[in-house]
Amino acid sequence: MIRFEKRPQPSRLSSLATPLLAVMATMVFGGFLFAVLGKDPVQSIVTIFWEPLFGEFAFYYRPQLLIKGAPLVLIAIGLALGFKAGVWNIGAEGQYIMGAIFGAGVGLAFYPTESFWVFPLMILAGAFGGWMWATIPAILKVKFGTNEILVSLMLVYVAEQFLASMSLGLLKNPEGFGFPGSRNLQQYASAHNTDIIAGSGMHWGVVAALIAVIFAYVLLARHRLGFAIRVTGEAPRAARFGGVNPSRLILFCLGISGMLAGLAGMFEVSGPAGQITIDFNVGYGFTAIIVAFLGRLHPIGIMFAGLLMALTYIGGDIAQSQLQLPAAAIQVFQGMLLFFLLAFDLLTNYRVRIGSSEFLT
Amino acid sequence: MDLSAINPIILIAALISAATPILLAATGELVAERAGVLNLGVEGMMITGAVSGFIISVNTGSPAIGFAMAAVGGATLSLLFAFLTQVALANQVASGLALTLFGLGISSLMGQNYVGIKPPRMPDVDFGPLSDIPVLGQILFSHDPIVYVGLFIVAGVWTTLKFTRAGLILRAVGENHDAAHALGYKVKRIRTLAIMFGGACAGMGGAYISLIRVPQWTEGMTAGVGWIALALVVFASWKPWRVLLGAYLFGGITQLQLNLQGAGIAIPVEYLAMSPYIVTIVVLVILSADKSRAPGSLGRIFHASQ
Repeated sequence: MIRFEKRPQPSRLSSLATPLLAVMATMVFGGFLFAVLGKDPVQSIVTIFWEPLFGEFAFYYRPQLLIKGAPLVLIAIGLALGFKAGVWNIGAEGQYIMGAIFGAGVGLAFYPTESFWVFPLMILAGAFGGWMWATIPAILKVKFGTNEILVSLMLVYVAEQFLASMSLGLLKNPEGFGFPGSRNLQQYASAHNTDIIAGSGMHWGVVAALIAVIFAYVLLARHRLGFAIRVTGEAPRAARFGGVNPSRLILFCLGISGMLAGLAGMFEVSGPAGQITIDFNVGYGFTAIIVAFLGRLHPIGIMFAGLLMALTYIGGDIAQSQLQLPAAAIQVFQGMLLFFLLAFDLLTNYRVRIGSSEFLT
Repeated sequence: MDLSAINPIILIAALISAATPILLAATGELVAERAGVLNLGVEGMMITGAVSGFIISVNTGSPAIGFAMAAVGGATLSLLFAFLTQVALANQVASGLALTLFGLGISSLMGQNYVGIKPPRMPDVDFGPLSDIPVLGQILFSHDPIVYVGLFIVAGVWTTLKFTRAGLILRAVGENHDAAHALGYKVKRIRTLAIMFGGACAGMGGAYISLIRVPQWTEGMTAGVGWIALALVVFASWKPWRVLLGAYLFGGITQLQLNLQGAGIAIPVEYLAMSPYIVTIVVLVILSADKSRAPGSLGRIFHASQ
């Protein structure tokens, strides 16, 4: 008989080992999945995980790693702060869209003025857009006790409709021959989020992601607010006795995660994507949830998890073109990863005992 | 704009059909939540049901078998959630999100060869002369069988929860799992069954969208209905009859905004399409003051040795 015994403290070793175990299990089961789809499992896995890093065209794919990883890390850092405190913002996709609309909107409003100030203003607008969208569920939760999971998620669908309306209406390119979508910001020098070192993939969003990692690390490890977040997540009652104001914590956690998601959207629209279109968002806001958990809600972990998830996106694209692996297979692959992670987490919080207990039957 | 084009009788008849997917999913989730399990994977189970029901119907030519297999598909997917939360003792919020993300992926993988196909049509139930009664006949007796199955399930859940011993045990497990365990009830087994029931209902609700409402398969076609169903359970204070009321309210809004789009009202289509989500938020805000009715052990992990 196998029993689980709760550990007094989560095991540090298992906590580090579970993401690795989960990745390995996902590779094995992902291989099965690819085999069922009629693809060579080993070749598929190699294509996804090896080709982008060390393959023949790695010089092209490596910068992509930063481009795809940056938004994931930015969003996941914000989400992780909330998840740690038990504040569940799962509407990052909507905040990402609003950040992109606000950022691009400010940029397009200045078109075609060339000025140094355009881009910083867009950054502020993007951060504001995301922050504002996340503050709606925060205020509703603080004022009325409304469930922030449902409200933040509903707002994703509202934001998607708003995006459609913007790309067909207000932000539509007047010189676009009637096609939906805004002007391309890549052709507007003051608003273009360029590579800081040409060809490296290192745009301003990557810098922002690195700053966010450091900021979150310091906040959680050294700041009173970070301590309040951790205590609230682990023992809400103790936190209240300790003088933590839950309302302010909710406003902070949702606000900061919305802001970071908005920034991610803004950097994406002004750089790699270039323009506001109906299907501008590709689900980074949801994948970032997986990134946050895979990184153990720890800033450094999230950085690595973000890169790994970016790798599956890029590798998935390669596998799609070379092996005709369906795009959805990668989505399943990413979902599987979260499953295995949650399942293996049992080992972090519980000890496995074999044989019957003397005290319990 | 021509509002006179909207016929109130047809609107009411259509809202009953529009409400059915939400009704099925929310009733299933209600049972799971009354057993103390918060399953945020409704959207994932619905879309999996939508695709599996669609594939089976197209291949067998029978929508009825399709619905049955959609229920099986939803229940199978929910077993993953049951494993994570009941065996691996994982956080229910995270596990539910995982289920939704996984369900969305697996459904688009399964359905990629079925885009653009028309499924076999499910005929309406033949009530004979009853459907010829003016007004009432059209509203009550002109629907496909699943509408009535949905109503039957709500009635069944209500009676079971309120009047039977099984319902009492289920509620006990949801209100206080430690006490239920001390009385000798198998908390995990009961919860797993409740989760599977929720999955089966969500699967059928999803299939209703792909087989009857739309009827077609497109990726991500449930478009948040699963989440609205979750909100509806809160709205209904965990009571089956209020789920019915809420589902008709949301069905009505969905149908009305579709009709307004058709009537060419001056509001842009996108803003009309936002309305069901915004109304959900507003209703949640109005009703979230009363939290007292939530099952006592909702969302908590049960581990026997504590």
